[in-house]
Amino acid sequence: MNRQRMRVLAPWLGCLAIASFVVARAHYITDLSAFLPAKPTPTQQLLVEQLRDGPTSRLILIAFEQGDAASRARLSVSTAARLRRDLEFSSVNDGEPTTQEADREFLFQHRYLLSDRVSAQRFSEAGLHAAIADTIEDLASPAGLLLKSLLPDDPTGEMLHIIDQLQRTAAPTTNDGVWVSPDGERTLMVAQTAAGGSDTDAQERALSAVRAAFAAAVQESSSVAAQAVRLKMSGPGVFAVAARAKIERAAVRLSIISSLLVVTLLFSVYRSFPALALGLLPVASGALIGVAAVALGFGVVHGITLGFGITLIGESVDYSIYFFVASRSRPDDAAAAPWQRTWWPTIRLGMLTSVCGFASLLPSGFPGLAQLGLYSISGLIAAAAVTRYVLPALLPKGFAIHDVSPLGRRIVGMLGPVREMRQPILAALAAALAALALSVLILHRDTLWNHELSALSPISPQEQEFDAKLRRDLGAADVRDLVIVTAATQDAALELAERAARALDPLVAARTIGGFDNPANYLPSAATQAARRGSLPDAQQLADRVQAATKDLAIHSERLQPFVQDVDAARQAPLLTPQNLQGTSLRAGYEALVLGQANRWHALLPLHSVESQPIDTARVIAALQAAQLGEAQVLDLKLESDSLYANYLHEAIRLSLAGMVAIIVLLLIALRSAIRVVRVLAPLLLAVLMVAVGLVICQVQLTILHLVGMLLIVAVGSNYALFFDRQATLHEAGSEASTLASLAIANASTVIGFGLLSFSQVPVLVALGTTVAPGAFLALLLAAALSRA
Amino acid sequence: MTRRPLGALLMAFAALYAGASALAAPPLGQADDLDAVMSLLATRQHGRVEFVEQQFLAILNHPLESSGELRYDAPDHLEKRTLLPKPETLVLLRGGLTQERGGRTRVIDLHRYPEILPFIESIRATLAGDRAALERVFHVDFAGSLQRWSLTLVPLDRELLHTVKQVEIDGSKDQLLRVEIRQADGDRSLMTLRTPAAP
Repeated sequence: MNRQRMRVLAPWLGCLAIASFVVARAHYITDLSAFLPAKPTPTQQLLVEQLRDGPTSRLILIAFEQGDAASRARLSVSTAARLRRDLEFSSVNDGEPTTQEADREFLFQHRYLLSDRVSAQRFSEAGLHAAIADTIEDLASPAGLLLKSLLPDDPTGEMLHIIDQLQRTAAPTTNDGVWVSPDGERTLMVAQTAAGGSDTDAQERALSAVRAAFAAAVQESSSVAAQAVRLKMSGPGVFAVAARAKIERAAVRLSIISSLLVVTLLFSVYRSFPALALGLLPVASGALIGVAAVALGFGVVHGITLGFGITLIGESVDYSIYFFVASRSRPDDAAAAPWQRTWWPTIRLGMLTSVCGFASLLPSGFPGLAQLGLYSISGLIAAAAVTRYVLPALLPKGFAIHDVSPLGRRIVGMLGPVREMRQPILAALAAALAALALSVLILHRDTLWNHELSALSPISPQEQEFDAKLRRDLGAADVRDLVIVTAATQDAALELAERAARALDPLVAARTIGGFDNPANYLPSAATQAARRGSLPDAQQLADRVQAATKDLAIHSERLQPFVQDVDAARQAPLLTPQNLQGTSLRAGYEALVLGQANRWHALLPLHSVESQPIDTARVIAALQAAQLGEAQVLDLKLESDSLYANYLHEAIRLSLAGMVAIIVLLLIALRSAIRVVRVLAPLLLAVLMVAVGLVICQVQLTILHLVGMLLIVAVGSNYALFFDRQATLHEAGSEASTLASLAIANASTVIGFGLLSFSQVPVLVALGTTVAPGAFLALLLAAALSRA
Repeated sequence: MTRRPLGALLMAFAALYAGASALAAPPLGQADDLDAVMSLLATRQHGRVEFVEQQFLAILNHPLESSGELRYDAPDHLEKRTLLPKPETLVLLRGGLTQERGGRTRVIDLHRYPEILPFIESIRATLAGDRAALERVFHVDFAGSLQRWSLTLVPLDRELLHTVKQVEIDGSKDQLLRVEIRQADGDRSLMTLRTPAAP
């Protein structure tokens, strides 16, 4: 006997040890990528990069509210100064000029390579005359007077032109030296983290750093008004950190509560601690092996898999319930064999049905779903195997749980009236119900599914609204459309960006777009730089031309000697490379717009809208095509991510239907009777339909997680239906009570677990909970009602 | 880049603000001292004057001349529309300056240069008729009568003196007639103002 036990237990323990090893060494990730495609097209690849680590993913929008304006401004300056010393941030901007000193130095020194007005014509005698006369006229304006001291070095006004070139869009309103919202109610700051947006840990550190810097600034300030100022933050990083915390909180809290409730339920049924401990063995083994399988199969484990996986294989708690209740009915030693003959095939078939359902998740391009599929399949197989082979081996001699058949008899009594109805009437009722449900769904077919990725976002509408408000205040910082040009080298990408910019300029004039950013404004392509440098005359030529050009102007040519020297120096200076941007804030701006991998470089030209109106991308595409830039892509970030999600949704619906077909085939093979298959599936499909109708009536739009939930209804419910089917073939009136009792207990534990999810704040959990809890209950109810007594 | 152009900008703004003072006419008081002038200035709500401005810059061979009109609406909206030599509109609102010139709009932040701040604030105090605020920043000399007065403002702050040496505002009752700003580097600007002939 002991030896026989060891033959079962040793492989099990061995498997658990290996699984533990794999689980301990696995790599876990919690970023968005569970929701992003695994095998992206080049456009999707760019989108994914943008969403994960692109410049917009690294922005933290910071607002100071309440207190008085002067205190807010002082705190903003003081907080920004602290953050600029922090290496977590690549740039911190609150409208102050401090960061701009190095930038100006760079721009001024290289003005003849950077200005797009530099040409041979401009440096001819006539060109110089026009340019210098223009600059002198500018001096008459108070704003132009800023240029007075620059006149001897830069009489053609290139410096101001470069600054204009870089600031295509209006800066936020400024008051007391810092950015403020148009209503003046809050002070604004934008920090860009050094780490990518997908690095949630780094984002969390950055947010803490902002809070700490603000707290230190408040402490340092002696004013009372400063104490009243409140710090608020928004942006992708803030959302990612909040979402993770929310999901973690919800997952931890809900799993603790549901574990407690399920354990209490099981204990009140079993009235035995060993039974309770043994009963949890299948699900625990399944969870461990499920994670290990995902780690081995995918290399990494998504947080979502850990969070939901255990819920998906909650069905395996039921296995031990069925086992204990069935073995209770014949508590003597020889009883194990009949259980294995009578009920194990049914449990196995139920498990295989679930596996078929979950297998439909496996080919999903959505890594989160594919992982959940693998986890559930391996977890359920492991749990079922543990129930079949390990539990009987571990069962102590004379083990018996509390008798549950009285409960079963009460349920049988309650089913009485339904069971007395004639079979055709029941079938007709079920068909009518199904037809009614279907017609409701067909009526709502256009609004049935939610096609927006944001439907899955755990961020509340209030938080999204605050984010949108901050972005509006900051002046259209929210980039939705990007023009992307791609080339083999960084320089070639810049050349394409320059061509794209020439095609886009007329659209700015026509107000199709409000403006655009261009990496070539920070660093022109080598060819462009060389052309500009080549158009500069030598010192003697320039001196002669300046003398001739200024003859009738208000300035003596001798005063422009510094200009002649600067131009001569520029003629001999080397061309700029990305290294030259080092130490300036321009580098962050440039690197945000040029993404490179090996021999594939992308230059991004983010488009700004006119007064927040949607951009007519068709006209942008037409302009680019007219400029022979057919290979340039126009990426609408929101549209792309929504269509990405919509693709998943359609794929998931198709795969679920395929899973359904697989389940039907499986049942046909196992039951060898079409009528039995119909009888098994009818209550499940009816339950799914009724849940869908319920959600529609409650004005819930279905998401991909609702679909997963429906799959779960079929997976869990198939056990119930199969049990009734098996019971009907047994012709043992006495055993029905205990079968019904075990199903009722299993169902209660499922409804508790998923019902709790409905109370969370996380949409994906709510979707799962509100689908499965009522669905599982309905499945049992319908399966019982439609079964033959 | 040096800070010198700021001085010029500063002066231009002094002129801008002072120019705004030369606007519509509330009832006259009888007093003939600084307080009387200040209270007269303070009661003004809005108005419109024409200006001619000359800038004497050492770097240029002859002065730059520009002209246009000033519009003012209490408390803090001031517009300078230059028509010659190049059309330009400057709008000062809540410490932010917007320039519109040649189809481009630029926002110039006055607060970037801390030395300007007290100066602007004190001119604002003059417009508001707040003598105490004015005297916190400037040494104020008043000469003449209500009919014909002259205000000489010399910054108290030594830093400020590096850019602006003195601002002189001449006026009659609540009308400003002439604003002269002398910079530390010897450059100066002179703005003469007159109320446009009634249509």
